[in-house]
Amino acid sequence: MTTRDPTAGVIHDIGYRHYDGERRGRSYIRRSLYVDSLKGAYGLGRSARSKVMPMILFAGMCLPALAIVAITAVTGADELVGGYPSYVLNLQVVVLIFLAAQAPVAVSRDLRFAVMPLYLSRPLERVDYVLAKYAAMASALFVLTAAPLTLMFAGALVAGLPITEQIPDYLKAVAGAGLLSLILGGIGLAIAAVTPRRGLAVAAIIAVLLVLAGVQGTLQGLAVVEGYDSIAPYLGLLSPFPLVMGVESAVLGAPSPLPPPPGVVGALVFCATAVLAVVLPYAALLLRYRSVSVS
Amino acid sequence: MADAVGRCNVDARPRIPRGGSDARLLPGCVVVTGSLIVTDALTKRFGSVTAVSDLTVDIGAGVVGLVGANGAGKSTLIKILLGLLPATDGRAAVLGLDVASAGTAIRERVGYMPEHDCLPPDVSATDFVVHLARMSGLPATAARERTADILRHVGLYEERYRPIGGYSTGMRQRVKLAQTLVHDPQLVFLDEPTNGLDPTGRDDMLGLIARINAEFGISVLVTSHLLGELERVCDHVVVIDGGQLLRASSTADVTAASQVVVIEVDERADALAGMLQAAGLTVRVAGRLLEVELRDAPAYDIVRDAVARAGLGLIRMERRRHRMAEIFATAGSAR
Repeated sequence: MTTRDPTAGVIHDIGYRHYDGERRGRSYIRRSLYVDSLKGAYGLGRSARSKVMPMILFAGMCLPALAIVAITAVTGADELVGGYPSYVLNLQVVVLIFLAAQAPVAVSRDLRFAVMPLYLSRPLERVDYVLAKYAAMASALFVLTAAPLTLMFAGALVAGLPITEQIPDYLKAVAGAGLLSLILGGIGLAIAAVTPRRGLAVAAIIAVLLVLAGVQGTLQGLAVVEGYDSIAPYLGLLSPFPLVMGVESAVLGAPSPLPPPPGVVGALVFCATAVLAVVLPYAALLLRYRSVSVS
Repeated sequence: MADAVGRCNVDARPRIPRGGSDARLLPGCVVVTGSLIVTDALTKRFGSVTAVSDLTVDIGAGVVGLVGANGAGKSTLIKILLGLLPATDGRAAVLGLDVASAGTAIRERVGYMPEHDCLPPDVSATDFVVHLARMSGLPATAARERTADILRHVGLYEERYRPIGGYSTGMRQRVKLAQTLVHDPQLVFLDEPTNGLDPTGRDDMLGLIARINAEFGISVLVTSHLLGELERVCDHVVVIDGGQLLRASSTADVTAASQVVVIEVDERADALAGMLQAAGLTVRVAGRLLEVELRDAPAYDIVRDAVARAGLGLIRMERRRHRMAEIFATAGSAR
């Protein structure tokens, strides 16, 4: 019963035709779900209305990079204005809006319209679904954050800045963008997967991450002003953006506008927190999807 | 009743062999027509609630109706058969694959149409079904070809390029059915496929279900709480109630002609009833109809002569058929 007659393909009438071709396994299915979800995050393959928001935000991320390149070229400066490390940090609101808008598209939509039974009744397992969605969200964020950095890098080379000076800074910033995408993607999906209601998910993601950023910024500012120099760097752990900057400066030696983590202990604390910030939301997602019902 | 073994793989309508006539040319090439679904003392408990209780059935090819009231355990049984819900006790196999250990392999070969709405509004039927075809493991090109084919088969044409959000209930049910069939399964589970449809849509859906088996050669397990529907499309029925097997038999057996003749006359039914009773027949008056126990063939003549003598107009005289609903009526009174 499990093997099919190979001669079925010779039927030429327009009636029902059986499929005797290849059936691929879970890794193909996971990859397909990843690709479709990544395209979905930018509204590709969806209605025109779904493309508006992500495309505007993508443009919003890239335009300042073009401006920086233009200014650098016109003024003949010997380095990029502002530089790579703080670029994403300065535009963190755009990244947060993108995450808040698109994480619900990735997961709340399937919950709200009860599409999950159609996935679960197919060969993929729950963990495949979570993994594909998580990878897609992180990749969408990585495209959003690494694209302007790459534009700046290309622009810097065109403007004649020395490549040997540009490459290390660029690669460090891209690595930071990758880590940031993993952390933000997990947090965004974990919040969005709690509710099938899109509006609620958008508000919750914005609220959580903006509040974290606000508390972190205020406390760290206060600590610096009041002279609590031993505590100040660790307050960067409270929010994803400073956390990633801390790891970047501690591990890669990237210049940071924030107080860098002190010494080896500081570096270890920041790295451990970053790992937790990736693992915990992913575990929460797995737990959440264990209870998603088939009907 | 709990230890009853339901067998309904009589194969009144044998499975169409894959490969059509070629299969018959090869001597010794046997088309497998064995059991598609086998359960053995299957039990599922949720805490103190027993959803499926000691269920033993053997379901063969064809269109099989799974009948039961809401909460009878139909959906739980389907989830177990899809390998998505572990059974508390007992065993089950689908297409010869054990549900406990080969869930993924089963879901490659089986299609499932959920009862409730499960379609996102912002994609077209084509894009959505292509996506789900790939989720069943079909390569991209094959997924597109199969989607175009299957949407045509379920009766979706130009509208398949428009977002699903604008579809009628009937069209949405067709999309749900298309995603069930797109990967060419050997068996499909259809959970209440006629739910929410108007009479025309219901007729269309029942016609499609019959075609899935007759033309596509795909076996169907269809649930419904509307018995009349299942009478029309199913070769066999499995009736469960409270998670237990009530009956498993061919539809023909269930709806066989009964030993009752229904008579309708234009007037004075009471007078006719008196005459028939006087002639020795057992007569029951049911509104404007008379129900006469049919002992032997001459009883027809007695009825005819009595009507003629009384000078009445005979509107209808027919053997009554059993209805599936009687299964429940009998079971209810037995409890």
